[in-house]
Amino acid sequence: MAVLGQSVPRREDVRLMTGRGRYTADMVRPGQLYAIMLRSPHAHARIRSLTTERARAYPGVHAIYTGRDLVGRIAPIPTAWLPPGSDLAVTEHPALALDTVRYVGDAVAMVVADSLEAAREARNLIEVDYDVLPAVVSVTDALRENAPRVHDSLPTNLALHWRAGVDVSDAFRTAEVTVRRTIVQQRLIPNPMEPRAAVAEYDPGQESLTLWATSQNPHIHRLLVSSVLNMPEHRVRVIAQDVGGGFGSKIACYPDEVLVSFAARELRRPVKWVEERQEHFVATTHGRDHVEEVELAGRRDGTITAVRVKALANLGAYLSTAAPGVPTILFGLIVTGAYDIPRASVEVMGVYTNTTPVDAYRGAGRPEATFLIERLVDAFAREIGMDPIAVRRKNLIRDEQFPYTNAFSITYDSGRYQAALDLALQALDLPRFREEQTAARREGRLLGLGVTTYVEMCGLGPSEVAGAVGFQGGLWEHALVRILPTGKVMVMTGISPHGQGEETTFAQVVSDRLGCPLEDIEIMHGDTDQVSMGWGTYGSRSTAVGGGALAMALDRVIDKAGRIAAHTLEADVADITFDGGRFSVRGAPDRSVSFAEVALKAHLAWSLPAGVEPGLEAQASYDPANFTYPFGTHAAVVEVARETGEVRVLRYIAVDDCGPLINPMIVEGQVRGGIVQGIGQALWEGAVYDETGQLLSASLMDYALPKARFLPPIEVLHTETPSPHNPLGVKGVGETGTIAATPTVVNAVLDALSPLGISDLSMPFTPERVWRAIRDAEKGVGGRNHDHDAV
Amino acid sequence: MPDPVSPTAVTLTVNGETRVESLPANLLLSEYLREHLRLTGTHVGCDTSQCGACTVLVDGLSVKACTVLAVSLDKSRVVTVEGLARPEGLHPLQAAFQARHALQCGFCTPGVLMTAAGLLRETPRPSPSEIRAGLDGVLCRCTGYENIVAAISEAAESIQAAAGGDAIWPS
Ligand code: FES
Ligand code: FES
Repeated sequence: MAVLGQSVPRREDVRLMTGRGRYTADMVRPGQLYAIMLRSPHAHARIRSLTTERARAYPGVHAIYTGRDLVGRIAPIPTAWLPPGSDLAVTEHPALALDTVRYVGDAVAMVVADSLEAAREARNLIEVDYDVLPAVVSVTDALRENAPRVHDSLPTNLALHWRAGVDVSDAFRTAEVTVRRTIVQQRLIPNPMEPRAAVAEYDPGQESLTLWATSQNPHIHRLLVSSVLNMPEHRVRVIAQDVGGGFGSKIACYPDEVLVSFAARELRRPVKWVEERQEHFVATTHGRDHVEEVELAGRRDGTITAVRVKALANLGAYLSTAAPGVPTILFGLIVTGAYDIPRASVEVMGVYTNTTPVDAYRGAGRPEATFLIERLVDAFAREIGMDPIAVRRKNLIRDEQFPYTNAFSITYDSGRYQAALDLALQALDLPRFREEQTAARREGRLLGLGVTTYVEMCGLGPSEVAGAVGFQGGLWEHALVRILPTGKVMVMTGISPHGQGEETTFAQVVSDRLGCPLEDIEIMHGDTDQVSMGWGTYGSRSTAVGGGALAMALDRVIDKAGRIAAHTLEADVADITFDGGRFSVRGAPDRSVSFAEVALKAHLAWSLPAGVEPGLEAQASYDPANFTYPFGTHAAVVEVARETGEVRVLRYIAVDDCGPLINPMIVEGQVRGGIVQGIGQALWEGAVYDETGQLLSASLMDYALPKARFLPPIEVLHTETPSPHNPLGVKGVGETGTIAATPTVVNAVLDALSPLGISDLSMPFTPERVWRAIRDAEKGVGGRNHDHDAV
Repeated sequence: MPDPVSPTAVTLTVNGETRVESLPANLLLSEYLREHLRLTGTHVGCDTSQCGACTVLVDGLSVKACTVLAVSLDKSRVVTVEGLARPEGLHPLQAAFQARHALQCGFCTPGVLMTAAGLLRETPRPSPSEIRAGLDGVLCRCTGYENIVAAISEAAESIQAAAGGDAIWPS
């Protein structure tokens, strides 16, 4: 039975559904202590004095650490993406604030005690005298002359200034039509359902540290934590067991994991820290947060000739691990989207503010890019009175143009963009929708359609490119395939799935290639002592890059097994075929030997061909030749309630092309989950700070995560266009949902509101905001840009 | 007012096992389950009773374990996700969750399963919109809920189809 392309039930599920998962917070180590952080209540303040005597004396307290205690003992928290040519101004990020706190949530002290209760009581006894300073919260304020400076060591709040593309002012000067929009890409708070956690244990005999952590990339954490602690890398082991979602927020190296490790080494006792949800809101990196001026130049016939983008990206108080790469490389190079737009220019200013650091959040840069081009295309279509679908069709990159090099010199691998669009429109039944819309409008109902044709850049990525764009790591991936004497298979992979299901999909790949049953295969990940190397799970890279390494390692195993089989069958290697788990001699199918038999022979080594070593194991490192470029078309039908401003998504159709599907059920799960997060940004989610830098949306009561009740069923369809350079042909699918869904829903709502003359509105489209826009329009002040009125 | 940490006697049944305990009066059920009994399937995902990851059954009703004091459950029967499967195999809800891919990272899953158990006990044949409303107390960041809704529908059908009705629910 073919196992690739089947919706095989996940092997992860049973342990997770029966309460036998092992999440970091479930860990108990003998003699463990509990750590909690004291965090700044102010967005910007000088620490005048910090007194810990009373707290230290509290029963059960083992240690209290402040910034001063760490000076010279641990290094600052690093930034690991340094885009060249970006005038990057990296400042020191101490794990605990030294004399200045720079955002609400900035850690000031760590308390370690016998129990959580004792730690909490002691924390209350720490006295901090703050001298509150003026704070800057918004990017525009932060760039004003005389704005309070987040870092005294810098002349301004500018963290980076990056440009790409060519000068397009000619194209704009001579254009028949130009459209311009201001986009507020609001700040989001990731909120995986599992908060972050870390448990560290030091072995004084081995002088080694074990860190269990909620990590998307344990090997990166090993590298960064060992360097901050100044411990040799081989004496640090990082283990990510079951991880409850990440969405980018568990990539970064945070102060917390480092501090817990430091305390375990100092105190020679295991130390455990578990983030509280309200702590997550301020202490875990946020996502998005741009203010953009975006422009499109085109002709009346619908041809797009140029795009120009100026973006201010709020990076928060410190540059988190990957932060500088997100609004530059992962955003700027793909703002022309799925369209053949010859000229484009992007300018990005990354800005320090007194807010929680901003880093990757599902899609990281690509949702922002897709949003702006999709908004511009709709605005352009409206301007020239053309159907937005027709404008898309006219400008989509055509099949014969692949591989297609875009205006920023990146090369899209493969695509059939029109086919995905056709399939979505067919599923939608566009003519019927148009009739319904006409009828609805006659009744005064606000029904709208949004269609997005997107491409994204993922499968991160070629290491050479990683180096060229300043990522301080490689992006290749590693796999080791170990065949045991009984023919059972162990795979060690460098990716670190936390919900994406690779324990199942990778087993399917193994089963497909080796012909062995799924039950005979174990996929191991997440432990740096077990897995040689890896760069982790993010950027929709696990199956594309990690799967590539796996396929290569499997081929090597089969190659060696084939030589042993030839020897056993007394045939020439060239005459050996391998199918369905059996090696046979071409033309003599009765002369055959099973893979398991060969595995045993390899281990017994009683009779091996000359030059073949005993055992059966192979490893491979796969460094992709290019990124992969999934694409597709999403469509949403929405209705807006005139009286309440409430938006209801009535239909949602997703056509995604991520290459061949290894497990369609898992792919669809990724798509649906991502779409709901994307809808969340369009309609509900948004971090709100007041002007003093207090986060007002600082709990699950104040920050609206999508709930089942407000969501439509999602129709998921696919086209399958393999990536020509990937060993499995796959492209990755973890982020397409958040990339495509937000502009799809936003364009649908704006289409619904168009009869009222409303042409723009900022996210999230909460009932209040939509209702105000409708009210203003009905009062005759419509058509203006109803902008984000808050910060 | 009793001292919040002075031990209080309580007798309760957890996953079918009766326990006589002396517990601090301020101990939450979620803490009792996770720390005292090491039943770590009950997850804690928030501090404002929003996420529902801690949901368990108390006397057949789904309850957020982070909102209840353990000592208030004298003579109650508590069922956690560890008590859902039966000796002969997965509970129909669990089987349907796996078949329909209703979990990804699995962190919300114990609470979602126990919420669904509470829902199906009260409403054996819920419509999709009743299921969606019934999931109001839980948050899942991974799945987008649709497969959860489908799995609960499927489980409801298979429970109805199976003879024995109520026997399916652990107590
Ligand atoms: S832990 Fe979130 S509701 Fe109980
Ligand atoms: S499966 Fe991850 S939160 Fe629900």
